[in-house]
Amino acid sequence: MIVELGHFALVLALAVAVLQSVLPMIGAWKRWGGWMAVAEPAAITQLMLVALSFGALTYAFVTSDFSLQVVVQNSHTDKPMLYKVAGVWGNHEGSLLLWVLILAIYGACAALFGGNLPATLRARVLAVQGLIGAAFLVFLLLTSNPFLRLAVPPFNGNDLNPLLQDPGLAFHPPFLYLGYVGLSMAFSFAVAALIEGRVDAAWGRWVRPWTLAAWVFLTIGIALGSWWAYYELGWGGFWFWDPVENASFMPWLFAAALLHSAIVVEKRESLKAWTILLAIFAFGFSLIGTFIVRSGVITSVHAFANDPERGVFILALLAFFMLGALTLFALRAGTMEARGVFSMVSRESALVANNLLLAVSAFVVFIGTVWPLFAEMFWDRKLSVGAPFFDAAFSPFMVALALLLPVGAMLPWKRAQVGRVLRQLVPAIVFALACAALAYAMQTGRSALGPVGAALGAWVVMGALTDLWTRTGRGQVAGRIARLGRLPRADWGKATAHTGLGITIFAVAAMTSWAVEVIKVVQIGESFTMQGYDIRLAKVEEVEGPNYLSTTATMEVSRNGRAVTTLYPEKRVYPVQAMPTTEAALDYGLFRDIYLVIGDPQENGGWAVRGYWKPFANWIWLGSILMAAGGLLSLSDRRWRVASGARRAQAVAAE
Amino acid sequence: MKHLIALVLALLLAVPAFAVQPDEILPDPALEARARELSKLLRCPVCQGENIDDSNADISRDLRLLVRERLIAGDSNDAVIDYVVDRYGEFVLFEPRATGANLLLWLAGPLMLMGGAGVAFVWLRARRQARAPDVLTPEEEARLREILKE
Repeated sequence: MIVELGHFALVLALAVAVLQSVLPMIGAWKRWGGWMAVAEPAAITQLMLVALSFGALTYAFVTSDFSLQVVVQNSHTDKPMLYKVAGVWGNHEGSLLLWVLILAIYGACAALFGGNLPATLRARVLAVQGLIGAAFLVFLLLTSNPFLRLAVPPFNGNDLNPLLQDPGLAFHPPFLYLGYVGLSMAFSFAVAALIEGRVDAAWGRWVRPWTLAAWVFLTIGIALGSWWAYYELGWGGFWFWDPVENASFMPWLFAAALLHSAIVVEKRESLKAWTILLAIFAFGFSLIGTFIVRSGVITSVHAFANDPERGVFILALLAFFMLGALTLFALRAGTMEARGVFSMVSRESALVANNLLLAVSAFVVFIGTVWPLFAEMFWDRKLSVGAPFFDAAFSPFMVALALLLPVGAMLPWKRAQVGRVLRQLVPAIVFALACAALAYAMQTGRSALGPVGAALGAWVVMGALTDLWTRTGRGQVAGRIARLGRLPRADWGKATAHTGLGITIFAVAAMTSWAVEVIKVVQIGESFTMQGYDIRLAKVEEVEGPNYLSTTATMEVSRNGRAVTTLYPEKRVYPVQAMPTTEAALDYGLFRDIYLVIGDPQENGGWAVRGYWKPFANWIWLGSILMAAGGLLSLSDRRWRVASGARRAQAVAAE
Repeated sequence: MKHLIALVLALLLAVPAFAVQPDEILPDPALEARARELSKLLRCPVCQGENIDDSNADISRDLRLLVRERLIAGDSNDAVIDYVVDRYGEFVLFEPRATGANLLLWLAGPLMLMGGAGVAFVWLRARRQARAPDVLTPEEEARLREILKE
C-alpha cells in the first residue's frame, strides 16, 4: 500500500511539475501576477510529493519488501541497516529518484529563499526548474520505475554489490547528486535571464550562491569517492581517470570556472555572455555525466545500468536542454553588452585566464573520455584512453593554473601592475623554491614531479596567505592581526579554498612520486621491512561477518623495536553475490599512511602480502575539505543575506 | 561445519586477491621498475578500465609475464609495447598513439587553449578601448529623479 502511494505521489509530482513549468512562464510573459504566483506553491508541492515517494521506497528497502523488483535486486535481509538505506540509491532506479528529489529540493529552496528576486525572474527560474523536473520524472516513470512489483516475490534478495557496502560510498552519491543537480539552478537562472533579456550585477549575485553550493557538494562528493577508492580497492590508488570519475570532474571544473566568472558579473558587470554560456555548459556536463553513468555507454567499473533505451532517453533530454538553451543564447547573447572597462593587466583578465584554463581542461577531459566512442563510431578503431593520456594532457593546465593563481588573486580590479603584486609575493616565491630544494634533497629518486609539486603547492598556499594578509592594509602588525578577524567571510573563504587547492596539488604530486610498494611472500611469524618499519605477520584466521566470510590477518607494525600499531587487513567473500573483496588495513598518519593488504596463501606455505608507504596521503583529502570549507565560508558571507540592499531601499522609501 | 563452508566458498571463488604476485617480480630492480612503468600503459583486455598491474584477471597476469619476458630478452620499452600491441591490438594501449586521427585527440587541448587565448586577447583589447555606457535607461532616469526629489 505504502509503495503504491509512493508510486502515485510520483505521478502527481509529474503533473505538478508540468503545471510549474507552463503556468508561471506564460504568467511572466503576459505579466499576470496570479499565474506567476503558481510557481512557489507548485515547487513546494512537488518537493513534498517526491519526498513522499522517496520515503515510500526507503520504507520498502528498510522493511525488505521483496515484492518490489529493485529491493530484490539490491537488498538482502542480512544486510546492515545503513546499507539497506544506502541501497535505495545504490541502483539505477533509486538513484534517479534521488536525483529528482534533490532537484525538487533545490526548486523549493529557490521558491522559499527567492523572495528578493524580481517577480518575473523568479517565476521563470522556477518554471525552468519545473521543466527539468518534469523531463526527469517522465524518464523515471517510463524507463526506470522503482515501484514495479513482482508477481511472485522471492524469499530473499540478491544483496547490494559488496564494493558499495561501505560508509564512504554510502554517502558518495547523495553529495555528488547535490552537486550535479545544484548546477541546474545556475542553468535555470541562465535560461530565465536569457528569456528576460537582462543580465546585471544583481543576477551575478543571485546565481553565485547556488553555484557555490553545488561546487561545495561536488567537491565533497568527489573527495569521498576518491577516498573510498583509496582504501577499498586495495592498491591505494585515488584517481583512475575512469569515465565515471571524469563525469563528475567535468562539472566540477565548469562549476569552478562559473563561480569565478560570476564574480566578474557581480563586481564589474562584464563577462556576462560568457558566464551564461558557462552556466549552460556546467549543467550540460552534469547531464552528460548522468548519461555516461546511467547508460553504461562507456563501460567502466561503475556502470550498473546497461540499457540502451535509457541511454537514448537521457541523450534526448540532453539534446533538448542544450539545444534549447544554446539557441536561446545565440538569439539573446548580443543584447548582453558588457559595461566594465578594464585594462589588459587586471583582476578581470586574470579571471578570464582562470576561466580559459578551467574550461579548456574540462574539454580535454571530455574529449579523452568520449574519444574511444568516437574512434569506434567513425574509424572503427577500438582503442583506449587512460590515465597516462590524462596525466600528460590535463596536468599542464593545472600547473599553469597554480602558477597564475597567487598573482591573479591579488591583482586589483580595472588596472594593475604585475610588478607590484610580485613584490608582495617575494616571500612566497622564496618559500616555494626552498620547498622544492628541500624535496629534491630529501627524495631518493630523481623524479621532477615531487619537487615541482612541492614548489607549486607551497606557492599557492603562501600566495593565498599573503593575499589574506595584504587585505588587512598597512600599519602595525598587531592592528593588522586584529583586522584579520574582521575581514569579510568571503575573503577567508577565498584564502581557505585556495590553500586547499595548493595542499591537494602538493599531496597528489608527493603521493604519486614518493609512494613505496613492497610485495612479498611472508610466512606466519615472519616479518619484512618497509621504509624503516618492521611488519610482522602474526596470524591469519577465518572470521565470520554479518553477511560475509573473512580471512583476517594480524600484522604488527613496529619501528626500531617499538610497537607502532597492529593492523588487520582482510579478504572478504560475500556469498550472496559470490564476490570477493579486499579490505586493506591502514594506519593513518599526518605525514604517511601505512597500507597493508593480505593476499592468497602460497603453495609452499606463507601468504602473499602487499604493503605500501603512502606519504602525505591524507593531505589530498585535507585539501579537498579545505576547498569545500572555503566555499562554505564564502557562502556564509554577510552580503548574500543582505538581499543586495533592495529591501533596505524599499524600507527607507516607505518611511 | 561453518569453516568447511567457508573453505569451500573460498576455493570456489579463488580469484587472486590482488594483482602483481610475489613470484612475478624480477630479481633485477631496474628491470622490475621498467616493467612497472610499462604496465601502467597497458590495459587489461577483459576488465573495465584497469591497467594490467591493478587487474586480477588471468590475461593480465599473462601480459605482465610477457612484458617481463621481453624485458629480460633485452627489448627496449618501445619494442615491448610494440610487441604487445601487435598481438593484442591498440585497445590494450592506454595512451593512444599520436598518429592519424588520434593527432586530433592530442592536439585538442593545445589548439583550444590557443584559440581561446586568441579570442580572449582580442576581446580584452576591445575592452580596454570600450567606453562605459554613460546613458541611463528611462527607468533609471525616473528612479534618479525620484531619489533627487526626496
